[in-house]
Formats: sequence, structure tokens, C-alpha cells
Amino acid sequence: MSEVVRPPPSVGIGKKRQPARRAGHRMNPDHLQLALPFIALVVMLVVIFAIRPAAFSYFGFGLLFNLAVPLILASMAQMLVICLGDIDLSVGNFVGFVTCVVAVFLRDKPFIAMLLLAAGIVAYAAVGVLIQLRSLPSIIVTLGMSFVWLGLALLILPSPGGTAPDWLTATMALQTPWIPLPLVIAVALAAAGHWLLKRSAYGVVLLGAGANPRAAARAGWSLLQARIMMYGTAGGLAVLSGLALSGLTTSGDPNIAPTYTLLGVGAVILGGGSFTGGLVSPVGTVVGAMTLSLAGSLLSFLNVPPVWQVGAQGVILFLVLAGRVFIGRSGR
Amino acid sequence: MQSHSIRQSPWLFGFIGAAVLFVATIIVSRGGGASATFHAAMAFSIFSVLVAISQMLVITSGPGNIDLSVPAVLTLCAYIGMGVMHGSNAWIPVGLLVVAAVGLLAGAFNYAAILLLRLPPIIATLASSFVFQSLAMNAGGDATIKPPSLLSAFTSLSVGPVSVLAVLVVLLTIGLAIGLKRSLFGRRLLATGQSEAAARFAGIRTRQVRLISYAGAGLFSGLAGFLLAGFTGGAALNMGDTYLMESIAVVVLGGTSVAGGQANAIGIWGSALFFNLLTIMLNSFRTPVGLRYLLTGAIIILIVTAATRPLTRT
Repeated sequence: MSEVVRPPPSVGIGKKRQPARRAGHRMNPDHLQLALPFIALVVMLVVIFAIRPAAFSYFGFGLLFNLAVPLILASMAQMLVICLGDIDLSVGNFVGFVTCVVAVFLRDKPFIAMLLLAAGIVAYAAVGVLIQLRSLPSIIVTLGMSFVWLGLALLILPSPGGTAPDWLTATMALQTPWIPLPLVIAVALAAAGHWLLKRSAYGVVLLGAGANPRAAARAGWSLLQARIMMYGTAGGLAVLSGLALSGLTTSGDPNIAPTYTLLGVGAVILGGGSFTGGLVSPVGTVVGAMTLSLAGSLLSFLNVPPVWQVGAQGVILFLVLAGRVFIGRSGR
Repeated sequence: MQSHSIRQSPWLFGFIGAAVLFVATIIVSRGGGASATFHAAMAFSIFSVLVAISQMLVITSGPGNIDLSVPAVLTLCAYIGMGVMHGSNAWIPVGLLVVAAVGLLAGAFNYAAILLLRLPPIIATLASSFVFQSLAMNAGGDATIKPPSLLSAFTSLSVGPVSVLAVLVVLLTIGLAIGLKRSLFGRRLLATGQSEAAARFAGIRTRQVRLISYAGAGLFSGLAGFLLAGFTGGAALNMGDTYLMESIAVVVLGGTSVAGGQANAIGIWGSALFFNLLTIMLNSFRTPVGLRYLLTGAIIILIVTAATRPLTRT
């Protein structure tokens, strides 16, 4: 795992390796890498609580991280695809499609809704099959799919509206004892993701299929099966993301989540992942997604004028990732 | 290279598709409106081609290189250009120069972030696009500034059915195609895109090459914004939104390899005309916007599936 801090090959090739300056009693750079988004998250929370001490409460945490839940799920979906060395440009529009299906069908015609959502997951797996069998660049196929999902969503629900079923809204507003629901979900997802991908036997095979497909294939593992697993699970997570989002907004909107696609990519990379394949961290991705969704709240707490908020989010992304570079440098 | 079957030249799909759509439109409208359709398709393709040229320069510079800041740079330059000129014809040259400078700087900033922070290009250009968006919002102010009358007139000037600007952009595309094949920089860019390590061992200053390709991308995005604002009567915050995905789709279906190191400038025109004709045709049938997106997506997947030969990817 010493490869984790290797810079992306497109920029780092030929760069002289810097010798470890104070080797010995240093934290494992692996762990530092993981700690970075976590540190950013804690710093942001401290700033927010310093400005509004009242936010440091059960309800405060709940409100701050409510909208993080769908983003975490979409980021985990993106993570699985990035793990194979691919990228998914369609996940944001797929989440929008799911919210439309939920808002139009789930309350009155649950069977049709289930059928459509299941078809969505199958379509995700089919995209994986197509990419694997025809050796297609994932970026173009998923770009095409992003138009397909947007189109389907607009056909189902031409303008934002509809109603999410009450049980879904109630689930998202559930008051869990002691720890607010969004945090419970975040921890559960991180733990499940870590266990399934990093600790289970087949999870390690999937990581290997991403890191070195040829070696995995030579060792007798089916790359087709790996892509079906990863894309299918990604589709499932994206469906959950859409369910969570429509539970929170109580309605559907084809254009609600296009930003999830790239924010998800940001969360994966922020969490220590890399595009080279096989190098992703479920825990890091969850923390990365929470950091990105908290950045918006932080900026409004800081009274950053609305016109600068987007830009400040970009600057935060730059700053956190710049920290990664310095860790990578000194940790060698 | 002897047998030029369509499988060997997938970029021809765009031109063939465009021709088929054009003929179909003429048949459906019974001969009427052919000139108007062609005119409209050319006019809208100008901007698709310009943003696609930006994207092509970046994509060609190596695997994983993609410029997500194209729409943000386009919008930023449109606002700054309109602000500098303030509707005055005399200031058009100054506006153009400022826009060119801002575009170049934005592109150079992207590459600086990639190099200094060692970020993957997707992430670097994503983060910088947020920054550029904010800058555009601040440059914009509240009121929409009208473009100078001469600029508006120029962007829609046409001789017969042929738009003058379209001819200029076609010439630019041909120039770029020749430049990529024949010029020293073109060869260096392709070599860098194929293998940065090998290119460096061959004595190419790959960082300089990639800096120029990113700066060039910013320049063309900025130019697209400048002209688009002139064409549509002013800058708007969402004017670039559709061009992000479109620029990638047009470039790749135009025959440029996503893996880098292989560019096709001429093919851009084929796929740009194809997509714009498709939009015009579906609009004239009053097709629901959802169906239009659905068809666009399906066609992208179909073409890329048909045009990519298996086992070309390592």
C-alpha cells in the first residue's frame, strides 16, 4: 500500500523522489492521507460552532448534515466506478431521475416505481457490461447515459413537483436516540463500505481488478463480473441517494442533482482516492462528501457574500488537496 | 492506411449523420427551409466548434486530461468582454484583447494548479471552474450589458446562406488540423499526449507543451464566450452550462481519442453539425425536450460503440 501517496502519473513522472527527512517516528502517510479530510471537517465544524454555539446540539448536527446523506451515497457510487479506473458522469442525472420516479409513482403505484428503479440498477450494470465487452471509454458512455437519464426524468416529470410518500419523508426525519440520523447513516455507510471493499475477500479482488485488471484476469477472476458488481452496486447506491434526496425535499426534480456527479468525484479524491484504479477509501469518501457539503454551510455562517460562495468552495477544495501534496511530499 | 473504411475513420460518422439529417429535414419540410436549416445549424455549430477545440487541445495532451472549466471560462470572458466594451464599437479591439488575455490566464491557472498541487486535471479544473464562476458573477453585476452593435452585426453577418463567422471558424479549424499534423508544436503536443515520459526523454519540454495547450484551451473558450455574448445579445450566467458535456461529446465523436495523443480537428465540424441539426430537427417536430435528451444520449452511446474497435484500449 506504499503506492497510495504516489502523485498522479500524468504529473509526477520523472519527478525526483524526495528522501524521507525524518523517518522513524512519523505517522504512516497512509493514515495522514485519510486524516486530512477529517481534519478539514473538524476545523470547519469548530469554526461553525465558534460562530453559532447553538449549532452544537442534536438538532444542529442534524441540520448541518441532512443534505450530506444523498451526497455521501452518490459519492460512494462514484467511488466504486473510480475504483475500476473508470468515471461516472451520469450519477447526478440518475439521482435526479430517481427523485422523479419516487415523486410520481412511489406513493400511488409502488409496483411501477420499484420496477423502474430496478430497471435503473440493471441499466447501470448493463453500462458496465458494455464498457467491459467493447473496451469503451467509460467517460463517453456515462456522458451519453447522463443525457438518457435526464431525458427519461423530464419525460416522467417535465417540471419539478410530485410528492414523495409520507413514509419516506418520515424516515428521513427520523429522530434516532443520542446521535442524529445523518451521522448514524454516515458512520454505517463508512463501516459497511470499509468492511465490504477492504476487508472481505471478494472486495479485495475488486480492488485488484481496478488496480491491475490484467493481473486479476490472469489470476482467474472475471473482469466482466467485477464490472457488473461495481456498476450494479453503484446503481443501487445512487437509487438510495435519490430516495434520500426526495425524502428530504418531499418532491422530484429532473435537474436537482447534476452537481452530485462532480462533487462525488471531488469527495472520492478528497478522501484519498485516485483515478489510477484500485485506490479508493470508503471512509475517506464519506468524510470527503461530508466536508464538501459542510463547506456550503460554513460559508454562509461566515457571511461570505453569495456571489463568492461558489468560488470559496473551489478555494476550499484547492486548500484541502494542497494539504495532501505536502503530506505526500514529507511522508515519503 | 490504404483502405479508408468507415471503421478506420470513425470521425466520418458525424459528417454522414449530419448529411442524413439534413436530407431528412429537407424531405420532411418538402424542400422548403433547407437554407434556413443549414444557416441555423452553421450558426450554432460555430460555438460548439470553438468550445470543442478548447476541449480537444486539453484532451490531446494526455490520458485523464479534461477541462471542466470550459463553461466557466466562457461565461467569465463574456462578462468581462461586455463590461470592458460597454456597448461601444470603438472598444471592440480592446475587449477582444482583454478577453484573450483572461482566457489565456485562466488556462494557465488551470495548468499551474495541476502542476504545483499535483492534482488530477479533472479535479483542478473543477475547483478552478468554481472560482471562475464566482469571478463571473462579480464581473456581471445586475444589469445585462448589451454587446457593441458592430460585434452583434458581425456575429450574424452572412453572405447568402453562408455565415461569415462560420467560414472564419472553418478556416481556423483547417489551420489547426494542419498545425497539429505539420507544425513542431503540433507534433510535440501529440507526442506528449501519447506518452509524457517518452516525450520527455525525446527532449520535449512537456510541461511547456501542456501549459500552452491549457492556455490555448482557455483562449478558445474565452473567444467562444465573447462571440456568443455578441450573438445572443449579452452575457448570461448560465450561457456556458450546456457546453461542458457538449464539448466532450463533440470532440470524442469527432475522432479525437480520450486517451490522448490523437487529435482530429476537422471531425469536430462533423459531429458539431450533427448534434445541432439533430436539435433543430427535433425542435421543428416539437419533440418534448426529454425525448430530445434521450435520443442525444442514445446516439452518443451508439456511435461510440460502433466506432470503437475492441482491444484498442490497453
